[in-house]
Amino acid sequence: MSTFGAVFGEAFRLIGALDLALLDIVWLSLRVSLSAVLISTVVALPFGAALAVTRFPGRDALVVTVNALLGLPAVVVGLAIYLLLSRAGPLGTFGILFTPAAMVVAQAVLIFPLIAALARQAVADAWREYAEQMRSLGAGPVASSLALLHDLRFSLVTIVLAAFGRAIAEVGAVMIVGGNIDGVTRVMTTAIALETSKGDLPLALGLGIVLLGIVLLLNVGAHLLKERAQRHHA
Amino acid sequence: MALNRRRVAAAFLATALALGAQAQEKSIVVASTTSTEQSGLFGHILPAFAKSTGIAVRVVALGTGQALDVGRRGDADVVFVHDRAAEDRFVAEGYGVDRRDVMYNDFVLIGPKSDPAKVAGGRDVAAALKAIAAARAPFVSRGDKSGTHAAELRYFKDAGVDPGEGKGSWYRETGSGMGPALNTASSMNAYVLADRGTWLAFRNRGELRIVVEGDTRMFNPYGVILVNPAKHPHVKQAEGRAFMDWIVAAEGQAAIAGYKVGGEQLFFPDAKR
Repeated sequence: MSTFGAVFGEAFRLIGALDLALLDIVWLSLRVSLSAVLISTVVALPFGAALAVTRFPGRDALVVTVNALLGLPAVVVGLAIYLLLSRAGPLGTFGILFTPAAMVVAQAVLIFPLIAALARQAVADAWREYAEQMRSLGAGPVASSLALLHDLRFSLVTIVLAAFGRAIAEVGAVMIVGGNIDGVTRVMTTAIALETSKGDLPLALGLGIVLLGIVLLLNVGAHLLKERAQRHHA
Repeated sequence: MALNRRRVAAAFLATALALGAQAQEKSIVVASTTSTEQSGLFGHILPAFAKSTGIAVRVVALGTGQALDVGRRGDADVVFVHDRAAEDRFVAEGYGVDRRDVMYNDFVLIGPKSDPAKVAGGRDVAAALKAIAAARAPFVSRGDKSGTHAAELRYFKDAGVDPGEGKGSWYRETGSGMGPALNTASSMNAYVLADRGTWLAFRNRGELRIVVEGDTRMFNPYGVILVNPAKHPHVKQAEGRAFMDWIVAAEGQAAIAGYKVGGEQLFFPDAKR
């Protein structure tokens, strides 16, 4: 069996067929991961910037911890969120386990350290250059953070895209907190895991190629927007 | 600034999309096993149930041990599993009520065409496992506390073999679901115990085939249990019971009997009416 021929055949068949169930899965993947990225970004960017421009006891320890959390396995995040959201857990009353909302929470937590750590580094580098100037203008830490984040917005896009990539590619967390329920919490990665389980390797890899294509399209879109905005502001 | 406002609006929109997407339909969560989900059974019978009752069933497919644990934590309304001893314990401990027989399928011993332990064609699963252990032929175990794993350990006990001694050599615990275990066995030409449903639906067989089947011990009964509403008050009792009533009644039983893969019936209804 020429596996790779079959894989590409399967991928094109999937795209050509425009299968409704597949579209639902793709749409859910995008919805969950984009929501997670947006929620995480709103919190992690200011957090990272604050870490860069402020000085307080234990700051270095916090920076190292956030950097270390980059190595956080998705399955561990999934398990922790599962235990929190389980009916027997502290947040069980919300009843959101095995729903897309739980998957958003898990992915948002998973990518928080990534956005925070990279944003902190970017802001810290800029801060070294502009700290003097900001202080002379009388800007406090909040104003400085916001000004630097605004200044760095084009680099931050890359960070956010990296976070999106990690979110949409992970399978360990969404499998546990979503449960891979057909039509409800099945996303691209859990569908790939399921087809692998069934031994339908061409279909699994075909889905993988579709996922890759979607991420690529999104990146192309983000790149074009960024280029246009950059030209506009130049 | 306009750009920023647009971005914030997009953020809110996307968040609303994600969180508001849960339609307010009647639904229950059923924690079940990979064998029922991956064999395609649920895909076949659940649309009929949804059509006759308007209740959507959300299946979380896990190993039996894990499925019961999800029930124990109150994260499912109904469990649908296959490990009688563990099911009875689940009910005895007060986590579930109203266990009912639903159906059975059977286990089959899968092995490579080369058959290094010379067990092909036999009907005695314990004798076959004994021969595999004696030949130190590779054997892939689920190792995940699933119903199939529990059955495998029972057969090894019947064979008087302690598979723990083979760890690191011929006995390979993968700690994975039925499909992944079959994938592993397929790539290392190992023996593996599987439920017939998953085996029939499995595509990546390579050199593997059925070597032992038909032992009465390999009978594999499935039961359905309501998670105890007294312990977990949020359990959707009415909908859960509707599902249990339906699956043991004529319509559900006929739907189970009607599911075939390649012309072969996978599950045999045996609810006591």
